[in-house]
Amino acid sequence: MTFAVGDLFLILPELLVITAACVVLVLDPVLRGPRKDVLVWFSLGTLAICMGVTASQVSGPTAIFSGLVIIDAYGAFWKLLLYFVTGLTILLSYSYLKEERLYFGEYYGFVLLALAGMMVMVSADDLLTIYLGTELMSLSLYVLAGLKRAEPRSLEASAKYFVLGAFSSGILLYGISLLYGATGSTRLPEIATAIASQGLSDPLLLLSTILLAVGFGFKLAVVPFHMWTPDVYQGAPTSVTAFMAVASKAASFGAFLRVFIEGLGGLKANWSAIFLLLCIATLLIGNIVALVQTNVKRMLAYSSIAHAGYALIGVVAAGRMEGSSGIASVLLYLALYTFMTFGAFAIVAMLRKGDIEGEEIEDFTGLSKRHPLAALLMLIFMVSLAGIPPTAGFVGKLYIFKSAVEAGMTWLAALGLIFAAISAYFYLRLVMVMYMREPIDHSDTAPHLVMSPTLSIVLACTVAGVVIFGVYPNPLVSFAMQAVLILK
Amino acid sequence: MAHLFFGYFAGMITITSILVVALRNPVYSALSLLIMFFHVAGLFITLHAEFLAAVQVIVYAGAILVLYLFVVMLLNVNRDDRYHSQWRVVAFVCVPLSIEFLVLLSGTMGAANRQPASLPVEPHTADNTLAIGRTLFSTYLFPFEVASLILLVAMIGAIFLAKRDIGENEAKDVTRVPGAQ
Repeated sequence: MTFAVGDLFLILPELLVITAACVVLVLDPVLRGPRKDVLVWFSLGTLAICMGVTASQVSGPTAIFSGLVIIDAYGAFWKLLLYFVTGLTILLSYSYLKEERLYFGEYYGFVLLALAGMMVMVSADDLLTIYLGTELMSLSLYVLAGLKRAEPRSLEASAKYFVLGAFSSGILLYGISLLYGATGSTRLPEIATAIASQGLSDPLLLLSTILLAVGFGFKLAVVPFHMWTPDVYQGAPTSVTAFMAVASKAASFGAFLRVFIEGLGGLKANWSAIFLLLCIATLLIGNIVALVQTNVKRMLAYSSIAHAGYALIGVVAAGRMEGSSGIASVLLYLALYTFMTFGAFAIVAMLRKGDIEGEEIEDFTGLSKRHPLAALLMLIFMVSLAGIPPTAGFVGKLYIFKSAVEAGMTWLAALGLIFAAISAYFYLRLVMVMYMREPIDHSDTAPHLVMSPTLSIVLACTVAGVVIFGVYPNPLVSFAMQAVLILK
Repeated sequence: MAHLFFGYFAGMITITSILVVALRNPVYSALSLLIMFFHVAGLFITLHAEFLAAVQVIVYAGAILVLYLFVVMLLNVNRDDRYHSQWRVVAFVCVPLSIEFLVLLSGTMGAANRQPASLPVEPHTADNTLAIGRTLFSTYLFPFEVASLILLVAMIGAIFLAKRDIGENEAKDVTRVPGAQ
């Protein structure tokens, strides 16, 4: 089995991103001072080209590299989302790194390499390739999390992320090896065939399903595998946190859904029970613990945990009913989650208190008086995260709950609604602090928002997404529907 | 004969593994780990996996173990008793592992009664280094290249995190006099 040269054209986006990363890494020591900005524009240009190439690949599935990689609409959906998030990350980082006085070009190289890993994850049709993509993504993120070397918290985040990430990779790999032992292949279609012919009574299959669920659970940050999330999200530089909270979660969901729907689809009854437990635990812990946070980054970390829980409702629904719209609703949910979470993190990143980040909830006190526009945007993001209409968050939750009701689990949808109501408390508390309280501090070190053209682009893109898709989500919905057709 | 070899290698692996955790001097532990790696390599040879045996010796015994010894010597952790009373951790790891071991090996559905997955090469006759090389560079070319990228990230990441001038100092690079530190 050799590979055809034509395969290389189909993975052109991956090749472009990797080449761009290498070029950035090579050019970084050559360029000095302000000329390093070239790297930013170069990375953004590459992403734009990749976006064009991938948009032309939204067609039927084509298996390449002996079936290890598959180019289809499902992968294209995630890739387009990932390019978008990476582009936003680079734009946000451009002003954030300046503010933090962290001048290095390697940063963009690592972001692009992480993106390459994510692209491998969402387009691989083979467990080993998915694992390698996960590792490529994670290793880049470990380095990025430890970017602020002068700050112990950042190093702690990096070390903690590394240790727990390595541990979870081990579990994932163990699950893969047991599954290989049980089915004789690491390729998802062959695993599905083997499961269909062997039957489900094999304890090895169950054990490997549990191990895979745990391994992916770490990457998705669902309870009880979420312990690393708040510390890492808080300690890492905020632009990196935004990237982790959105892109890494989206890519992990992309790989996770492909593995469990396409590969382990025959074990639906087993894994939907596991994910039902994880889902309820995640909703409970994520939303309740977020209530008592005083740090906005930690609060958003718990919020991102809780949102993974909502997405899992869709996964459980898909596991319970054939032909459910659950998976499409998960795709839609994560796409919409991207806009609001990234926007919120962008504002947190650029709110400065003197020389450091103003990341405590108190720092937002009276923000509406000093920065009415920023406060309004934060209000929109918070309202959307809470799932109040007419924002994107509402549309996402609507489709998730609809799929749960269709699958005959009205109680789960009701439970999700209750937790959404609880979450409204901590999201709107921030709004209350911004709007209802007078600014306490009038000195020079008072928290203020550092505006820059790139930040404006980021905020404009995210708020446009939240508002437009909140009112008119149809294009995104039909794209998500089209993307999941492959998995059936 | 094959059983005799298996018994010898398996027995030595068990004994040296126990010694790794039981010995108090970390250097002795590392050395028993080295002996264990050699016996694992021997086990691979009895399975006609010469390539794996060579990799086992070169990578584990040659590279990783030397790294262990370096760390032990650099940190000077000789005879540190802190790491020898962690029975809770031991129980926490051992109990699930033993249960899992029983599940995998026993019962009618266990691994012992399983037909082995179809093998791409005949292990007794084929040159397995050649076979692995062929497979790696044709069927598994894509993951192989991704793995090379992972090594690249690991290498650059390590340099990036460890290099001296990072962040704000780098902005002053332009004006700094060469040699001034």
